[in-house]
Amino acid sequence: MQLTASRLLMSHLIALAVFALVTLALVPLIYSSGGIANHDIQRYGKYLCWAALAVSLNLLWGYTGLLCLGQCVFFGLGGYAFGMYLMLNVGVDQVYKTALPDFMDFLGYTELPAHWKPFESFGFAVGAVIWVPGVMALIFGFLAFRSRITGVYFAIMTQALTYVAWILFLRNEFTFGGNNGFTDFKKILGANLYSHPHTSTNGKELLFFILSALLLIVTILLMIALTRTRFGKIQRAIRDSENRVRFSGYCTENFKLFIFTLAAIIAGIAGALWLPQAGGINGDVFLPRESLWVVVWVAVGGRGTIWGPVIGAILISALKSWAQREYENTWIIILGGVFLIIVLFLPGGISSLGKKLLGWIRICRSRTENFITNRKKKVDPNGDGEETLQ
Amino acid sequence: MSKPQEFILTIENVNKSFEGFKAISDLNFYMDKGELRTIIGPNGAGKSTFLDLITGKIKTDTGKILFGNEDHDLTKLREYQINRLGIARKFQTPSVYEDHTVFDNIMLSLPESRGVFSSIFFRLDSEAKDRITEILKTIRLKDMETVIAGALSHGQKQWLEIGMLLAQQPKLLLVDEPAAGMSDDETKRTGELLLSLEEKHSIIVIEHDMEFVRQIARKVTVLHQGKVIKEGSMDSIQSDPTVAEVYLGRKHSTAA
Repeated sequence: MQLTASRLLMSHLIALAVFALVTLALVPLIYSSGGIANHDIQRYGKYLCWAALAVSLNLLWGYTGLLCLGQCVFFGLGGYAFGMYLMLNVGVDQVYKTALPDFMDFLGYTELPAHWKPFESFGFAVGAVIWVPGVMALIFGFLAFRSRITGVYFAIMTQALTYVAWILFLRNEFTFGGNNGFTDFKKILGANLYSHPHTSTNGKELLFFILSALLLIVTILLMIALTRTRFGKIQRAIRDSENRVRFSGYCTENFKLFIFTLAAIIAGIAGALWLPQAGGINGDVFLPRESLWVVVWVAVGGRGTIWGPVIGAILISALKSWAQREYENTWIIILGGVFLIIVLFLPGGISSLGKKLLGWIRICRSRTENFITNRKKKVDPNGDGEETLQ
Repeated sequence: MSKPQEFILTIENVNKSFEGFKAISDLNFYMDKGELRTIIGPNGAGKSTFLDLITGKIKTDTGKILFGNEDHDLTKLREYQINRLGIARKFQTPSVYEDHTVFDNIMLSLPESRGVFSSIFFRLDSEAKDRITEILKTIRLKDMETVIAGALSHGQKQWLEIGMLLAQQPKLLLVDEPAAGMSDDETKRTGELLLSLEEKHSIIVIEHDMEFVRQIARKVTVLHQGKVIKEGSMDSIQSDPTVAEVYLGRKHSTAA
């Protein structure tokens, strides 16, 4: 057991090293030689952020058994927190020609609302990316776990949470841009956020891709480390037999609260890094279906595995992007078909494919062996048939 | 309320109803330190509710449950706090961590590092390893320590769970129908296991199987309709007409 565990660790670390090499060296190299367009590297960066979001849900659902149908609440909150900083750096070159974001002019504000002021500071905004989703998760989790809300009820509550956020953020009076949300970002820390080929300005597209890759690498490292500790084992024990854990002297509520908050913070950072690469955010990020996509990524990739959510998020997103482009009307049917096939034939997700293939090979081999043995027995019933049988 | 110091468990005037149904009514129960007590009673007598109340799974309506010398009132504590005082419970259906190895099942039951952060930085030292090995030998699962618990037989799971209780180093063991679903041989060995734990721990065993009760019984408490109706040796219980009427009457002929 000890041996296989360390071999598993080695294979995870090797995979991670390969991943780091590709995202931190290979892709930047190709990009700077002009091999990847700006909008493509932004798209890849978004995939990496979604992968980190999927890993955060897997921490909850795969390892602790808490199905969260509102993981995009935290993703969105992180995005909005960082977006507030970006919105305050769009300059006066807008419709209303003031320093305020246009939607505030539209609402009749002449100066910045008090809760927006701190976001003029880059440091505060970055801090808010972490603590806003964190505090939100802490409060929601405290109430839910203390009342022993588990299973499907927890899932429904989180879906209600994201629905409430959606309604709230669509309202103009909520001062977060309403239906239009945040868009038209221009500068970050005084530098241009996006490249403009005509004026040959250089943007920060590669930087955000690298930051997204770093987030994913750190998150996966964290998962590899956590699952090996006593903490990680308790997580899975809570998933399988929470009462037993509780009656073994663990306060399972504290464990779940910590995990829920950690997952929310990861999702928040992912949302913040995703925002400049997506170019904008509005209330629709809180639509229940957005969070359901995350569940699909994890399920398709393989829940409760280190790499499953990453594979699921990247593959499904790439597939969706391709299918939407090539088959404008039927893409959803194609995607649905893929899900059906995976659920039917690979219930453990794509990451269980290797194990499944090995199993099939073994079955085929033993069948052929049986076939050969039986033939031998028929041909030579008194010979070495008995020995072959054993 | 005078309470002699040697009681490990003192239950006084405890009531519990579920939507009008009185599961436990005016229950009084005293248990000495180091005792092995068997609780029997017909279905619906309140045996499992009794354990639920002690372990904090459900809260009492009235009355108090005191543990040990320090007078901890269990009715005011949460499950994990009650467990940390030294009360371990074995569930009726074996509940082990099916996804973990036998070794890890015991390891996770060790009483150290049960906080969120301390569990992240927990390192298994050789002393703890020795303790795990000793427990695995006691429950006769040493050869299977690398096996995933989900692959064990029903009887082995029951023993593993008893091993998990032992790892918690409890003062009081609450064992709910340990022989349920076991073969005769396994039942006998479970009895031996429990008897070997006597003296070192105080044990409450709830049981249905009269053969098994006879094997392990020292002092027997009979519950009926949420009340203690008789307490004493197995012989005195069996010869008691009230007990025979509510419980043994039907079972006596087959069990005797």
